[in-house]
Amino acid sequence: MADGQALLRMEGISKRYGGVHALEDAHLDVHAGRVHAILGENGAGKSTLIKVMSGVVAPDQGRMYLDGREVSFANPAAANRAGIVCIFQELSLIPDLSVADNIIASNPPTRFGLIDRRAQRRLAEEALVKAGGEDIHPRARVGDLPLSRQQIVEIAKALARKPRLLILDEATSALTAADVTRVMAVLKRLRSDGMALLYISHRMHEIAELADECTVFRNGRNVESYEQGAKTDNEVVEMMIGREYRHAFPPKPPRPAEETPPALAVRNLSWTDKLSDISLEVRPGEVVGLGGLDGQGQRDLLLALFGVLRGVTGEIAIDGRPMAIDSPRQAKSADVGMALIPEDRKTEGLMLPMSVLHNLSFAALGRHARFGIIDRQAEATSVDEMIRLLAIRSNGTSIPVSALSGGNQQKVVIAKWLMLSPRIILLNDPTRGIDVGTKQEIYQLLRKLSGEGAAIILYSTDYDELIGCCDRVLVMYDGTIKTELAGDEITEHALISSALNIAPQAGAATGEAGHAPVSAASGSVA
Amino acid sequence: MKEWRFFAAEQRATLLALVLFLVMFIIYVSNHPAGFTPNVVQTASNKGVILAFVAMAQTLVVLTAGIDLSVGMIFILCNCVGSYVLGGTMASALGGAGLVLLTGLGCGMVNGLIVIFGRLQPIVTTIATGAIFFGLALWLRPFPGTVPDFNGDLADLFTGKLFGVVPASLVFLLAVVLVVWVPLSRSVIGRAIYAVGSSDMAAYMSGMPVKLARFTAFAVGGLLAGFGGLFLTFFTYSGEASLANGDNYTLFSIAAVVLGGVSLYGGRGSAIGAIFGALAFRTIGDLLFVFDFDPLWQPLFQGLVLALAVTFGAARLFRIRNRLEMFS
Repeated sequence: MADGQALLRMEGISKRYGGVHALEDAHLDVHAGRVHAILGENGAGKSTLIKVMSGVVAPDQGRMYLDGREVSFANPAAANRAGIVCIFQELSLIPDLSVADNIIASNPPTRFGLIDRRAQRRLAEEALVKAGGEDIHPRARVGDLPLSRQQIVEIAKALARKPRLLILDEATSALTAADVTRVMAVLKRLRSDGMALLYISHRMHEIAELADECTVFRNGRNVESYEQGAKTDNEVVEMMIGREYRHAFPPKPPRPAEETPPALAVRNLSWTDKLSDISLEVRPGEVVGLGGLDGQGQRDLLLALFGVLRGVTGEIAIDGRPMAIDSPRQAKSADVGMALIPEDRKTEGLMLPMSVLHNLSFAALGRHARFGIIDRQAEATSVDEMIRLLAIRSNGTSIPVSALSGGNQQKVVIAKWLMLSPRIILLNDPTRGIDVGTKQEIYQLLRKLSGEGAAIILYSTDYDELIGCCDRVLVMYDGTIKTELAGDEITEHALISSALNIAPQAGAATGEAGHAPVSAASGSVA
Repeated sequence: MKEWRFFAAEQRATLLALVLFLVMFIIYVSNHPAGFTPNVVQTASNKGVILAFVAMAQTLVVLTAGIDLSVGMIFILCNCVGSYVLGGTMASALGGAGLVLLTGLGCGMVNGLIVIFGRLQPIVTTIATGAIFFGLALWLRPFPGTVPDFNGDLADLFTGKLFGVVPASLVFLLAVVLVVWVPLSRSVIGRAIYAVGSSDMAAYMSGMPVKLARFTAFAVGGLLAGFGGLFLTFFTYSGEASLANGDNYTLFSIAAVVLGGVSLYGGRGSAIGAIFGALAFRTIGDLLFVFDFDPLWQPLFQGLVLALAVTFGAARLFRIRNRLEMFS
């Protein structure tokens, strides 16, 4: 551990969202002149921790000390003034302003009350040089730059505020390998200048290269802090897991035979720079999981299959017949029989102010219409059937769907698609933010549907779910499928190490049946 | 890339609006029986400048990704106020002009305060306040009229010609651009106005004055609409609470803003572009006149030009790769 007083000390920080503890009694010491890495899987509380630190959210409990003096930040600007600057995962750039305008956004130099554009430009250029972005023109419009260049601008913007503590939240996730190398060099220089850096990344090799000290978080609590190098990758992964199973999953039936023709077959699917060369097959009666860290292209893959994306290349075959699916309308047609349970039920799944009845019957309206007129009797009958099947707890079908609980809303979204009796069901993290009881009902339902012959693709950020529900799991990394796990190979250890794209340890279950896992070194070419 | 290319990229929409206006105006002048004479330019300028002021007002609010449906009514109310206070000596008439502008500023401030502190959408807020402003205008001028001692000299000073050649209204418009728009667009608040319209979340995270920017956009918008009302009074020597006029100017200001290359999604464009948009929009009517079309065709042609311009601006949709982005 470093000597002397911590630049920033956090003690007993707790934060709840609804009934969920995002942080519970968390503590952290950050020292000047050191890089402190934070590790933890999806939802471990890392993001909440830095939001507290940088004044975006206020903690429910706990204290923060800067240079030994207690502080609290009302907003991001207050944290900035104290010298704490954060580079967020979601970019905070303003797309329509120029690079220089963005870098000097918060307090531009002024002359006679007007922005001194020449001075601003000089400052922006200095910051760009520090961030390794000499090649970016200060007058370029930020929205016109590619994402990796925008990320460099974001770093320059943070440096222009002369931070004492710089927080990087997955700041390298959008960068190319060459950019990562440059940013690493920049960060090392900043460290030797005496800046404190807090580094959050899922890329283990970057942490190995950069960090002096690491802290692992799990379920909103500190697990352990250690000097970088004191633990093996394997031990770190163990620390990140360490949960007991809390969900009951229905038993898995025997997998369908290999020779069963697939209901959905995808060959060499690619889309812009987000998805590359994806091939997969799903047989009737099979539940295939999509794993990996958040944002490795899983959502885009589901959208591509459902016909939402433009310019998708590769082949998609339904029941052996090649198909070009270019709209959700076509995807749900009888020819294809596909349904997508979207990620954000509030915007993509439901019309919140409309009634439960109308929401349920939207996707299947065509079936209840004769000559374009909706047969209300038939509609009501099949809606009632669905409500019974999914045990949706609703006070009648005419109340607005927004009045239901989150779990019941999600059931409505699923039921709406089941009314079409789809043969291929895509689910995008369907249990996020819903209660345990409903989760279990959804797991049972998935098994029931697959038992009736549906082919299911389930993307989930919850590893338990992938283990408990899926016959096979395809782990995605950087827009492509890196590893395939089947049957007993699906363990939390295998899921995490393949998600981090590090070489699995001897003895741990690995994906022998699938593609060869790629070594950590080649993983840096992201 | 060279410096001038960045300049061209930044000003592309404004330059397009300028070209559109110049092409239309050249066609108009070259077919005008009198040709390119000071009188023709003065008449065109006087007609265009009023809409230009109202369009500038609309621009500020649209830049924050809002819309101001009360601009036309602020404009009418200021006209009615003007018809009471622009009388007497030169000094008192000038004081009256100040009062007219204050009226506009006040109306804009009311809009801004309601939007910020009432957290209401601009569209609803300004429908409501617009009706109130018009109500006040009607109360002031139930019938068209003016003060007996209306100072026509002052009015003529602003609507006549300088040195017998340059239209004074155009010079005054330029002065307002230099005194109001240019400093604002180069100030911290001005930049925040663009930032709020482009991405209000990122602007907040960057510690920009988000609320002050919204308020300023509405307030200065009101002031600019006040300039429009003042000029209408100078031209007509009177005030009239005309519902049709108010509604027309509101809608025309939105059309001018779109023609001028200001994005209705906020964050892009400039008031100078909107001025050219306003001048171009006004020229449509003049073109119909020189080509001897029935004036009844005017709305139809204005609509066609607007539809074409908007289609042009929507070309970006072809580049979208994720269809969900079309809905956001």
